Amino acid sequence: MAKKELWKGNEAMAEAAIRAGCDAYFGYPITPQSEIPEYMSLHMPQEGRVFLQAESEVATINYLYGAGGSGKRVMTSSSSLGVSLMQEGLSWLSGAEVPCVLLNCMRGGPGLGTIQPGQADYYQMTRGGASGDHHFVCLAPGNMQEAVDMIQESFDIADQYRNPCLIVVDGLIGQMMEPIEWHEVKKRDLPPKTWAADGRKGRAEHNVIKTIFVEPEDDNEFNEHLARKFEEMKKNEVRYEKTQCDDAEIVIVAYGTPARVSLSVVRKLRAQGVKVGLFRPQTIWPYPEEALHEVAAQDSVKRILCVEMSEGQMIDDVRLSVEGQKPIDFYGKAGGVVPTVEEIAEQVEKAVKEAVR
Amino acid sequence: MTVVYQKSKGLTDVELHYCPGCHHGIAHKLIAETLEEMNAIDTAVGVCPVGCSVFADKYFSCDMFNAAHGRAPAVATAIKRTHPDQPVFTYQGDGDLASIGAAEIVHAAARGEKITTIFINNAIYGMTGGQMAPTTLIGQKTTTSPLGRTVEQAGMPMRMAEMLSTLDGVAYAERVCLTDIPNLNKAKKAIKKAFQLQMEGAGFTFVEILSTCPTNWGFSPLDANKWLKENMVPYYPLGVVKDVTKEVAK
Repeated sequence: MAKKELWKGNEAMAEAAIRAGCDAYFGYPITPQSEIPEYMSLHMPQEGRVFLQAESEVATINYLYGAGGSGKRVMTSSSSLGVSLMQEGLSWLSGAEVPCVLLNCMRGGPGLGTIQPGQADYYQMTRGGASGDHHFVCLAPGNMQEAVDMIQESFDIADQYRNPCLIVVDGLIGQMMEPIEWHEVKKRDLPPKTWAADGRKGRAEHNVIKTIFVEPEDDNEFNEHLARKFEEMKKNEVRYEKTQCDDAEIVIVAYGTPARVSLSVVRKLRAQGVKVGLFRPQTIWPYPEEALHEVAAQDSVKRILCVEMSEGQMIDDVRLSVEGQKPIDFYGKAGGVVPTVEEIAEQVEKAVKEAVR
Repeated sequence: MTVVYQKSKGLTDVELHYCPGCHHGIAHKLIAETLEEMNAIDTAVGVCPVGCSVFADKYFSCDMFNAAHGRAPAVATAIKRTHPDQPVFTYQGDGDLASIGAAEIVHAAARGEKITTIFINNAIYGMTGGQMAPTTLIGQKTTTSPLGRTVEQAGMPMRMAEMLSTLDGVAYAERVCLTDIPNLNKAKKAIKKAFQLQMEGAGFTFVEILSTCPTNWGFSPLDANKWLKENMVPYYPLGVVKDVTKEVAK
């Protein structure tokens, strides 16, 4: 078994990217993720790789377009409002089918909000703020170990689909320290990047990285191609974890730090005989719709409780998955406040009372 | 039979979409010839952003990027940083470079990125139909300055070659025009020198080309040439603005 090491979240996630073969990192400082560019600024050059501090997030995402489009494994990280500035570029990367990894270490919003952890970017990440039909695989790790493993895999996911892959963590995962093990994450079988615009080097035709179409029919055809790709992602990349859902009467649905707090709630209440389970999406796009639908369909399940560090964004996907089979309750804390075990437990107990009424 | 002139291999056979009398075609030709003469068609990567140059990726035969409005210097920076031995260039208009992309060009220049930027200054937004640009002259009528640009409303036009030359990262900056053969030859020399200095690692290299936009200026091609010489050249003086190799020689 690998040796456990104590790491700070942001530094561990940066190291995971280096281990995944990230060729170039570009970023702009923003709390609570600045340890990532700081770590990269020292360690990427030591590995003979590229680090560049960008003049803005707007420029950053275009650095990814250039380096990713010329065939390199590229990454950036930012937080919430910084990611908002990258939205146009994300649309371009999607439209030009340029792979990249973008890590959003979410904080409280809207606007400047707070530097404390938040999850109010669920819409921004899964629905996007940019133009056009596009989707990104959004990996949502629930702890540091999962975060470093997922980051190592995210580069392969990006390359496999020629599409940006997003890592969606809340600031708590970036800021806390905990022990992790370095795993050899299984490598995917990836095709060579024959499409990259990195100089013709004897190629008969020139490669072009672009998003423009003149003829609407051509753009429609391209969008159909993208749609097929997104369907493949939905088929292959859905991830979730179920904890004590089999006989549960109340099922908490939460991701990231609220899921971790909810796990303590499940342990605490189960010890008191309350039949509560946890359904934790590990990808928020594609959303584990079918799995959650099946859980909601169980006879044992009376109510669903969605817990978020926002005023309710993922709840839309919970509703779409549950499809009215069972009532859905919501509990959220926003602006950088993390819900406590006691608060969530109280909500579960309320749901239990509602269920027997 | 002797071949006395032929199209550069740096260009594809795709027909240009540019309007009659527009200087883009000549500028493309000069860049393509430079790449061919430097044996760089197989290694160069070009970046053309939004504007009239949005289709330039179809015309150059080297690998190309089509970039978001204003962001070509960022895209080119990343290509160059990850492929340091290959020539990388951007081809940008004035709305793109001096307005929406002002931050990216300033920082690429400030860092001394070893890229070449060809800046097409035609004092107007061409692709969108003739709106005012940061380079539009005082008094010049456009669709968004219908009574003529005023200092009160929009300030003075920006001289990008001079502005960027204040940055230490800039190795070479020259302003040229394409109105006649002597100027065309000077432009070719400037472009070639910029690419050569880039490959020597001298720093950021910049060639500003004063260009016509007969369609949006509302002139015939010949009158557009005349207007450029009489109105643009006095405000945007031609010649070398900065050359670090000459400064070292001094």
